[in-house]
Amino acid sequence: MNRPKVQEFKKPNHIDDYPTGPGFDGGHLVDKNAGWRTFRPVIDKDICVNCLVCYMVCPDGTIFKSDGKVDVDYDFCKGCGVCANECKVNAIKMVKEEL
Amino acid sequence: MDKTNRHFISGDDAVAFGVKLARPQVISAYPITPQTIVVERLSEMVEDGSLKAEYMHVESEHSAISAAMGVSSVGARAFTATSSQGLLYMAEGLYYASGGRFPVVMMNANRSTALPWSIFGDLRDSLSQLDSGWIQVYVEDAQEALDMMIQAYKIAEHKKVLTPFMVNLDGFVLTHTYEEVELPEQEMVDKFLPSFKTPNKMSLEKPMNMGFSTSPSDNMEFKYQQHKAMMDSVQVIYDVDKEFGDQFGRYYNGMIDTYCCDDAEVILLTLGSVTGTTRVVVDSMRKQGLKVGLLKIRYMRPFPEKEIQNVVKNAKVVGVLDKDISFGFEGTIFTNVNSALVRMQSHPQSYNFVAGMGGRDVSKADIEEMFMDLLKASKGEEIERVKFVNMGVEING
Repeated sequence: MNRPKVQEFKKPNHIDDYPTGPGFDGGHLVDKNAGWRTFRPVIDKDICVNCLVCYMVCPDGTIFKSDGKVDVDYDFCKGCGVCANECKVNAIKMVKEEL
Repeated sequence: MDKTNRHFISGDDAVAFGVKLARPQVISAYPITPQTIVVERLSEMVEDGSLKAEYMHVESEHSAISAAMGVSSVGARAFTATSSQGLLYMAEGLYYASGGRFPVVMMNANRSTALPWSIFGDLRDSLSQLDSGWIQVYVEDAQEALDMMIQAYKIAEHKKVLTPFMVNLDGFVLTHTYEEVELPEQEMVDKFLPSFKTPNKMSLEKPMNMGFSTSPSDNMEFKYQQHKAMMDSVQVIYDVDKEFGDQFGRYYNGMIDTYCCDDAEVILLTLGSVTGTTRVVVDSMRKQGLKVGLLKIRYMRPFPEKEIQNVVKNAKVVGVLDKDISFGFEGTIFTNVNSALVRMQSHPQSYNFVAGMGGRDVSKADIEEMFMDLLKASKGEEIERVKFVNMGVEING
């Protein structure tokens, strides 16, 4: 659960500041990305047994642990609902985002 | 010279031996006439253990280039080979390989493009891919083919270049003709060509995001990098040519080669195997006191603009022999040469000879006809700007 942190993007000044070809260090995040979410997964921490099935299935790596409890990084969660669908103890509910 | 290292082999065999000496870790290819012997020989070498490499029997040329990129992305040396429709089927991947800066080396057997279907030679396959971002060299004989397989990796993998490299051989005329070829010692090749080090390596130790997309605000910069790498490759081509010559005794003169150009009034520009025939014609016409010369274009990308300008500056007329035609305009080599000519303060008149397409022979008589036309033009006579040579039927009137 070694999640990369968002870093400030520095626009290159010189052509040599660009990488050689379109490749760069993995996990180089320069922006949050969750704007298109319609439903957000909310974990009921009383029901959750910390089995981490949601961590295994999350396509965007947004599940992490905070104070020993499973949590969701809403800066990157797209609201796909796979975690809620797969949760064995039904601890995750999809709740409509308020606009 | 050590006679024991000399072998009587075909151009395709020479390519296979050259590739073997360059020690690629993976060969991914799909057979196609007239390239087939190359990949057959390589698969035999892998089978008998004389070449320590993986041979991937891919299902298509599209897969061949895709696999080669994967190989290159983990820092291994990749080889593929194709021809004609195979190259065109690969076309999407060609741009990926150059854009991804994967220095894959490919042999292309120059062959006509369909329709009408033909297995015989011309340059319409590779010349259609000039803009794909690959370095393109055209060789004259089997020895040059072998030597260029080794040079190709050295140039392509240079840190300032990192650009894929296509070595072109005329189908059948080069690929299937047997010549005496000297095989360099493996030890010397190993010294000349160290293993590949890539700055963009797919690895668990240092994970990378490879082959990403860009928004309009960054895309042009990556394309500029590709352009700059190709321009920078010119110096690398000269340096590698010299280093190769110093070690193996064969120099190819870099971007172009010239024959009897110093005092020539008319110069014919050629690519590939027809250069050999043209040398013979130049010799016989020189004996008649005619001031004719030959300029062999070796590289089409990067394009030898300055080299051509420098050689033709004192000529009255130049001709360009194209084994191709860009329908509705003129031969593609001609277009490129003209682009170099117009940037001269004063430049010779230029004429185009379209010949040898679909495997038609280009004979000594054909080349003599071209020179005679050019000599006429040098005396002020009017000749056709784009002439189809050795047509089997009347096409005018």
